[in-house]
Amino acid sequence: MSDSYDQISQQLKSRHRKSTRLKYMSMGALALAGAFLLIFFADMLSKGLPAFKQAMINIEINYTEDAASNGRAAVDQDLSTIISRSVVRVIPLEMRNDPSLLGTTVQRWVLASANVDQYLKGNPVRGLDDEEKARIDRLVEDGRVEMQFNAGFFSRGDSKMPELAGIMSAVVGTVMTMIVTLGIAFPIGVMTAVYLEEFAPDNKLTQLIEININNLAAIPSILFGLLGLAIFINFFGVPRSTPLVGGMTLALMTLPVIIISTRTALRSVPESIRHAAFGVGCSRWQVVKDHVLPLAMPGIMTGSIIGLAQAMGETAPLIIVGMVAFIPDVTASFTQAATVMPAQVFTWSGEPSRAFVEKTAGGIIVLLAVLISLNAAAVLLRKKFERRW
Amino acid sequence: MHAQPDQYAWFAVVSTAGPAILLSALGAFVMLLLGSEIPTFSLLLLSLAVALVGLGVGMKFIRSDFHARRAIESVILWVLAGAATISILTTLGILISIIGEAINFFQIHSFWNFITGTTWAPGNSFLAAAGRGDGSGAEFGSVPLFAGTFMITAIAMAVAVPIGLLSAIYMAEFAPARVRSVAKPMLEVLAGIPTVVYGFFAAITVAPFIVRLADSVGLDASFNNALAPGIVMGIMIIPFISSLSDDVINAVPDSMRQGSLALGMTKGETIRDVVIPAALPGVISASLLGMSRALGETMIVVMAAGMRPNLTINPLEEMTTVTVRIVAAMTGDLEFDSAETLSAFALGLVLFVVTLSLNLVSVIMIRRFRNKYRVNNL
Repeated sequence: MSDSYDQISQQLKSRHRKSTRLKYMSMGALALAGAFLLIFFADMLSKGLPAFKQAMINIEINYTEDAASNGRAAVDQDLSTIISRSVVRVIPLEMRNDPSLLGTTVQRWVLASANVDQYLKGNPVRGLDDEEKARIDRLVEDGRVEMQFNAGFFSRGDSKMPELAGIMSAVVGTVMTMIVTLGIAFPIGVMTAVYLEEFAPDNKLTQLIEININNLAAIPSILFGLLGLAIFINFFGVPRSTPLVGGMTLALMTLPVIIISTRTALRSVPESIRHAAFGVGCSRWQVVKDHVLPLAMPGIMTGSIIGLAQAMGETAPLIIVGMVAFIPDVTASFTQAATVMPAQVFTWSGEPSRAFVEKTAGGIIVLLAVLISLNAAAVLLRKKFERRW
Repeated sequence: MHAQPDQYAWFAVVSTAGPAILLSALGAFVMLLLGSEIPTFSLLLLSLAVALVGLGVGMKFIRSDFHARRAIESVILWVLAGAATISILTTLGILISIIGEAINFFQIHSFWNFITGTTWAPGNSFLAAAGRGDGSGAEFGSVPLFAGTFMITAIAMAVAVPIGLLSAIYMAEFAPARVRSVAKPMLEVLAGIPTVVYGFFAAITVAPFIVRLADSVGLDASFNNALAPGIVMGIMIIPFISSLSDDVINAVPDSMRQGSLALGMTKGETIRDVVIPAALPGVISASLLGMSRALGETMIVVMAAGMRPNLTINPLEEMTTVTVRIVAAMTGDLEFDSAETLSAFALGLVLFVVTLSLNLVSVIMIRRFRNKYRVNNL
């Protein structure tokens, strides 16, 4: 008898050990997921934060006769290789616009070339020889080369010169595209949800629509791009690469998200409110318009914001409809070629130059900041207005 | 209640604007569809005339015994139902656009070769579309593309299913409420990161790391290896699996746990032998959803996987996927009706069919689970 007691307690010990092992294994899995997230953010920040700093050089610009035709003549020959090409390029134009500049000399902070920027950030650079590096070091000691906040990154459009490339045109493109997306998806999504939840008879057609919406939510996004290309662009002739076609494509993708969350919000409004409204003689539409929808609004807004954030991060369908264009100028038009933030990130990630890796990560930080604040707004909204009935 | 002044006003608006808007929309659509030119000005004039007639007819209706509310609401009902059909139209649109072009493709290249061929070489097919050359030498055998897709999906699932499921078990069964309230949003952040960002992470950070790792054990890895996009895609899918599994495990009735514990099972045994088997349909459903997402994922593989079709089982080699080839075909400077562009639609069709069937199976599984335990909030 005592033997079997020992056996059983031995067994029990190992069984409990197994139980604890499962606990720690599952805890480890969650910790692993958290670690991925941490590594990811640390990696993005370490790669992208330098993009918000930009090397600037204080140089003397001589607006001489020669400079009117050849901008290079305006600056010291030694410096002309380490400042951004864009600086000398605009000098003739400046002089044409303001003839009084001729013969004057101006001391000014200008953009350094991407190589100098990378050199000062401690990255390996191929484009600079030792002499130039020494010259840069001297200039740093004199205080004539400085790292300054890269305001241009937020105010300029795309460029092939890394030091000049900014995210502004992509931001504007994103805003335009999202206006189209939300303008289409929000009313149609809410109307569909209201119809299905409050009006639709429970018949085969309604069931078909429901199954269909659930399926749409799980269809790969790239197929929406193929739809946009074949139907919107080739059939309806919507201009390619524009916020209009991009927004319409994304609207179809966002639609199921908005419909599903709106239906959940409508369903959480208690029946007693509908009964009370019916009781005083309201029609179905009056019940919905005056009572159910206002009460469900916070939930609907939360769902729409989440749908918007999803659409904002989407790239694949936009590539198919051509929204990966190179857009150097900031234009706010629905029918002109535009790019969006994730597409800009994609374009930059394809550039071979080392400086663009930094730009890409910088763009990613901006994109993530926008998305996280949108999601945080949705969570706050839900917390603030959530009502338990 | 059903004959208020504002309801009469709305009735007047609907009767005036409704037919006019319908007419102009119809006109615009006919113009677009048939290409026939209807002068915009006369269309506008006609719409205005119709609006006037509508107003007149509407005014005739307005009498003290006329129920304006009922009239507007039938219009509203139609508008709402119309909005609901847009989702159906979207699916139809996807089907028509993909199938239409895919049929064009299969008229040029045989369906059988597409399904069973092992060489994907679009080659000079664009010259044939431009009327030069006969496009010979172009081969569209999709097997290597699907092999690559399934390889990367398999790697992703190998990462996502264990981590996702175990995280869900921890959150549902072990974690104190405080940990849960932190862990759930944390996993949601993973789901909210745009795929293009994951792609950059895979290409710039993970792939070189894997190459160095492989180097240190004497293996030769390509910078476009399949492992990097696979792992990163797995990270992306974790929240899809963990969140649904968490819900399902929570929905398993407590009486089952109590019964098991009362029989002397340990907590671990209860989870392994009672809770998980009960929740299995839901877990499988979550995994299938995650899988369909991995199959259709585009940006991660476009940025981190290779372009060259390669039939291999070595995940350290470069391989390409269906979605990569779709993007490649769509972004090249090709004629729209060249075989390569059309092939993208054929690939899209297969992708659509595969993901659709995965979704349907997943829906059926979750419904079975719901019916078994009468859970309503799944």
